Amino acid sequence: MIIPFIKRAVLWLLSSTLLTGIAMAPAGAQDKRKETLIVANETSPNMLDIHGVGANRPAYAVAWMSYDRLLTFGKKKLANGVASYDFTKLEPELAESWEVAKDGSSVTFKLRKGATFHDGTPVTAKDVKWSFERALAMGGFPTFQMKAGSIEKAEQFEVLDDQTFRLKFLRRDKMTLPDLAVPVASIYNSELAKRHATPEDPWAAVWLKNNTAGGGAYKVESYKPGQEITYARFDAWKSGPLPKLSRVIQREVPSAGNRRALLSRGDIDMTYDMPPKDFAEMSQEKGNVKVASVPAENSLFYLGMNVSKPPFDNAKVRQAVAYVLPYESIMQTAMYGRGVPMYGAVKPVTGADWPTATPYATNLAKAKQLMKEAGVENGFETTLSFDLGQGTVSEPTAILIQEALAQINIKTSINKVPGSNWRSALLKKDMPMIINRFGGWLNYPEYFFFWTYHGQNAVFNTMSYKSSGLDKMVDSARFETDKTAYQQQVKTFINIAYSDAPRVPLLQPMADVAMQKHVQGYTYWFHMQPDYRQLFKN
Amino acid sequence: MLTSILKRLVGAIPNIIGVIVVTFLLTRALPGDPAAFFAGPAGTAEAVEQIREKLGLNRSLLVQFGLYLRDLAQGDWGVSLSTGQPVLNELVTRLPASLELTLIGLLLAVVIAIPLGVLAATRPDSWIDHLCRGITTAGVSLPTFFTGMLLAYVFYFLLGWAPPPLGRLDPYLSAPPSVTHFYLIDSLLIGDLEVFWAALRQLALPSITLALFVLAPLARMTRASMLGVLSADFIRTARASGLSSGTVIFGYAFRNALLPVMTTLGMVFSFLLGSNVLVEKVFAWPGIGSFAIEALVSSDYAPVQGFVLVMALLYVLLNLTIDIAYGLIDPRVRLEG
Repeated sequence: MIIPFIKRAVLWLLSSTLLTGIAMAPAGAQDKRKETLIVANETSPNMLDIHGVGANRPAYAVAWMSYDRLLTFGKKKLANGVASYDFTKLEPELAESWEVAKDGSSVTFKLRKGATFHDGTPVTAKDVKWSFERALAMGGFPTFQMKAGSIEKAEQFEVLDDQTFRLKFLRRDKMTLPDLAVPVASIYNSELAKRHATPEDPWAAVWLKNNTAGGGAYKVESYKPGQEITYARFDAWKSGPLPKLSRVIQREVPSAGNRRALLSRGDIDMTYDMPPKDFAEMSQEKGNVKVASVPAENSLFYLGMNVSKPPFDNAKVRQAVAYVLPYESIMQTAMYGRGVPMYGAVKPVTGADWPTATPYATNLAKAKQLMKEAGVENGFETTLSFDLGQGTVSEPTAILIQEALAQINIKTSINKVPGSNWRSALLKKDMPMIINRFGGWLNYPEYFFFWTYHGQNAVFNTMSYKSSGLDKMVDSARFETDKTAYQQQVKTFINIAYSDAPRVPLLQPMADVAMQKHVQGYTYWFHMQPDYRQLFKN
Repeated sequence: MLTSILKRLVGAIPNIIGVIVVTFLLTRALPGDPAAFFAGPAGTAEAVEQIREKLGLNRSLLVQFGLYLRDLAQGDWGVSLSTGQPVLNELVTRLPASLELTLIGLLLAVVIAIPLGVLAATRPDSWIDHLCRGITTAGVSLPTFFTGMLLAYVFYFLLGWAPPPLGRLDPYLSAPPSVTHFYLIDSLLIGDLEVFWAALRQLALPSITLALFVLAPLARMTRASMLGVLSADFIRTARASGLSSGTVIFGYAFRNALLPVMTTLGMVFSFLLGSNVLVEKVFAWPGIGSFAIEALVSSDYAPVQGFVLVMALLYVLLNLTIDIAYGLIDPRVRLEG
């Protein structure tokens, strides 16, 4: 009795699943798929609030999609046909227009009429003031990013009326306005956020980790940390042309190999963060996949030497290292050609371009000569450290450097530092030699040098380098208004840095993204996160 | 029965306390500075200090431990810094994903391994014995991530039979409303066969990968234990009394051979639950193993402590279940023993 029943039940189950499976592909599903983008990345946002403590890089994209800024950057086409943002052009986003006061002491923004947050509340100048105060009060990264644009005190913000907001300048700083177009300067729905604030948590940091209070082009539809985030278009968005994609699903797929397989079989539309080898191969394949590549702006992959201790306190030793590095094989073997060479410049530095190549090229005789002049032709022992989290590229680079240094009698042992320890290891500044990369959001050489070479000794001055001549030039270039004088200052500090050689640029890395051929409208942004607002499927 | 279960549970309390103390100290002894990690790319020394203050990491170890115990007593397991979520939430949503995968994998393994082991034991040196030896040797010598990648490559990439390794469900489908957090059960509860089928398809490759790996201990243990029992006196007596070979093998020998198999099953299960992180990584499975590893990498204390605690609790429950099962299989076994 029972057996036939089970048999029938199994048959019914099988046939009904099969039938529903077949019935599942009606015409409507086709449209839905065309307006949906599926992205797979190595890591997903760890919170939805870019001001939060420990917000990771993918969290920048949440701010970019779900919140608006007052300003944004214009667009340009690069020589290789890829669209890029244009840091020289500021364009309106939430602010319809803005005007710098005649005496240069402030800027006044007119907010877009009819712009609302996702819950329908109109955006007012009070929200702008609250959001900027929040960025200053949360501490850590948002506070330092605001400071980079000379936005440091709550007294700088003034609400003139619901539609008008004024920002008073602390000093004349050309980075102030661009700094309002970076993800940190997002505008929050202050009324909504305040409803979730508590006396211990006046800025609603707890609630905003898992909820958004923005008015950007996409609403966060669902968020499962470490797994998936899905966006749905905000149809009442006013701050730009309405996006064509109605839904975006971003999944976390840790294995790069799987992401490549998923992409080439057409199960996902886009992926970031692949090893250079995969990007190099995918860009050669004649399949359904294309790779958009842009040299990552204001970004360098480099070898740093700690100048606070011998033997690297001697500039001649550092130059000797710079002359013995195997630039070409690093470029080919470690990077698979995915980068712009930053060595062997034939023309002198002009001060108009950044990043710019160093005069160093592999030259063993010269390196040996310099070692002799420094009195260390018999060599010494040292350690070369790198972040294991970047091991795909850094490990082969380290081995190539180790081999090359042996030619000038420098015995190098390689020290792999786990990702979790890398930051604290950098902060201690006691590693004699490191491989690392640094990129700055605001595309100005003095901004890059302020973080990496300036005597204020930020974390990224990993070499503990100090030069009063360079500091003076970096400081004055930041506030210089005369173009010729500015270029002269930039040229001077680049030259000082290159001839002192505390860090040797190896190459400028590429920002690569792989996607299906039918995905159109990709735009490169300085934060290197996807911008779904311009994308569409053909 | 009930009192003895209670006794066992009470007896487990000192173990749990020990686990809490040891994990607290161990996580603090880990290298790496969470404050530096979370200060972000532009973290200056000043910013790191601010964050250290915020996280309470500048207080003494004893004070930190006291605060941890107080929160734990109130059901607050702390907040994971890297995912920004309460640890308890994370564990509650991720544990079922791992459990579902592990249970299906184990079920598969049991269904194949036990008959295989029994057959191999009853026909030593026959082709089935050699097959058993071959499969188990291959299964145990291939690391799970390799089997997983191989299966994904062949059945997904080359043949296209398996669904994309994108986690528990096709991205176009939405998860069933959470009742048990097991997708297979939840989808059946609302009668959504499409989701059930999709979830089952997603489970296929990762659970086969796990099953292949644990086939070996189970099949070998079944075979060895059966061989031992089959040569025992009571089996000879049973045979001599003219009982049919089916009754001898399944009625007497198998039941007696089950005890060591149960023990192995319990060990394999708890081992799998904690260590299937590689399979989870390969199939983008949002389970508890990958969560714990990521927390460890970022020196994120709360989730690591939470993970170890959950595992300890699971072990206690598992041991209890197995002991109860012993009693059912063999009435001579007493729980107190």
